[in-house]
Amino acid sequence: MATATTTTLARAPTFLDEVIAATPGDPHLELCLQCGTCGGSCPSGPDMDHTPRHLFALIAAGMKDEVLRSNTPWYCVSCYYCMARCPQEIHITDLMYTLKRMAIQEGLYRESSAAEAPEFSETFIDLVENYGRSFELGLATRHYLRHHPLDVVKMAPMALDLLRKGRMDLTPRRIKKIDQLKAILAKARELGGAA
Amino acid sequence: MKYGYYPGCSLERNAIAYHKSAMAVAAPLEIEFVEVEDWNCCGATEYITVDLLGAHALVGRNLALAAQQPDNGHQLVAPCSACFLNLSKTDRYMLDSPELAEKVNAALAAGGLHYTPGSVRVRHLLDVIVNDVGYDAVAEKVTRPLQGLRVAPYYGCLIVRPGYQGVFDDPEYPTSLDKLMRTLGAKVVDFPLKTHCCGGHMTQISQSTAFELIRRLLKNAADYDADVIVTLCPMCQLNLDAYQDAVNRHFKTDYHIPILYFTQLMGLAFGIPPKELGIGKEFVDARPALAKVGAEAPAPEAPRRKRRPKEALPMPRMPEEE
Repeated sequence: MATATTTTLARAPTFLDEVIAATPGDPHLELCLQCGTCGGSCPSGPDMDHTPRHLFALIAAGMKDEVLRSNTPWYCVSCYYCMARCPQEIHITDLMYTLKRMAIQEGLYRESSAAEAPEFSETFIDLVENYGRSFELGLATRHYLRHHPLDVVKMAPMALDLLRKGRMDLTPRRIKKIDQLKAILAKARELGGAA
Repeated sequence: MKYGYYPGCSLERNAIAYHKSAMAVAAPLEIEFVEVEDWNCCGATEYITVDLLGAHALVGRNLALAAQQPDNGHQLVAPCSACFLNLSKTDRYMLDSPELAEKVNAALAAGGLHYTPGSVRVRHLLDVIVNDVGYDAVAEKVTRPLQGLRVAPYYGCLIVRPGYQGVFDDPEYPTSLDKLMRTLGAKVVDFPLKTHCCGGHMTQISQSTAFELIRRLLKNAADYDADVIVTLCPMCQLNLDAYQDAVNRHFKTDYHIPILYFTQLMGLAFGIPPKELGIGKEFVDARPALAKVGAEAPAPEAPRRKRRPKEALPMPRMPEEE
């Protein structure tokens, strides 16, 4: 969502401005104090190549490539701990989603250690767009065959158990007005551009 | 009390036990749920990763359909934490940003729909049960108290954080589920990780990251001798239950902690037969735990295979009850 901030700047927009403008509402990112509460609260922090605090410093420094190549947003589990604790009320989780979208647009995520994560999201979306509902078997099968073909054997027993317990469908369920949903999503894509 | 009801994709299949038990306890509590006609997926954490406006339009369709329901008291109940978050988030951001609201509505118009932000209040099922129904009304329905059952109350992340439509409990140390379980007669154990993350979709992205998060939760519950972890989210249930075996193999541990929905325990305390509550759908056998409160749970529908690696250290096991 472009906000008024981008149009009232006297200077050329920085990467920080770009990130803020691509995030809904006011994410307060420019208020970051570098206190590190976010990284200290993050359950997947140890697996990230930069903590959220570090990433925000890189954004402020305009290091766009470094930021969009980072695996940090892809390891965000969306638990909102950082957001609940941030003394500056920065919308950290929303910013992670913004960075994921920007990394996909710029194609830089492929160089991060989470290169397959965006494709998982894209497969999920593809199924939702076609059926209106999520379809776990289709999602897992497509994802595993594409990225972990050898693990299909390992994961198959769980999938079988889910099927036998009646906890997974063999075929997807389609909503009645799928055409209506498709029209809405097509219009959203037209209005929103790639983001 | 009448509410709009948004089950979400998980409750149709993977979390069918949650749906069944929610319906089973709603009747005695005089809650009527009216399912939103032809609802679609909320987008989980995936849609917004790729397409911001599309994500809000996807949710907007559900909100618009809920707003059209004639008699739901302008309230929409979601039992799934992720659905609850997404529905409340879109409503909140549409309220905060007229520009976003305008774009979402332009997209919805392509399908002949419109949503006025703020016209539907999104609630989580737990909120409705503890705050609208209330502990006293729940206590009145208890016929078989869960005496002696040690319960670890697991809230997960999204019902207490970030509170896009206000919070009904503390974001770090909530107690409403604790009180509800005590109302049922259960012994609630301290569970310091009660609002820590189950890993969400990380089992698909980075298994080692996800397994560590699941391990911490299982260990924390085991440290406090919990018989059962009670949850209110299909993702938390799936991760802790279906992956428990894989986590045990990964860390060479031997946890056997059944993961049940809070509505299943409510149903048991109300004297509803376990089968009607979807008990038996879980991977980790709940029978030993439930035998403690005299509930005869049905045998698991697909018995789990023993896959303990030979090299694993001998570990204490919960006695098998046949």
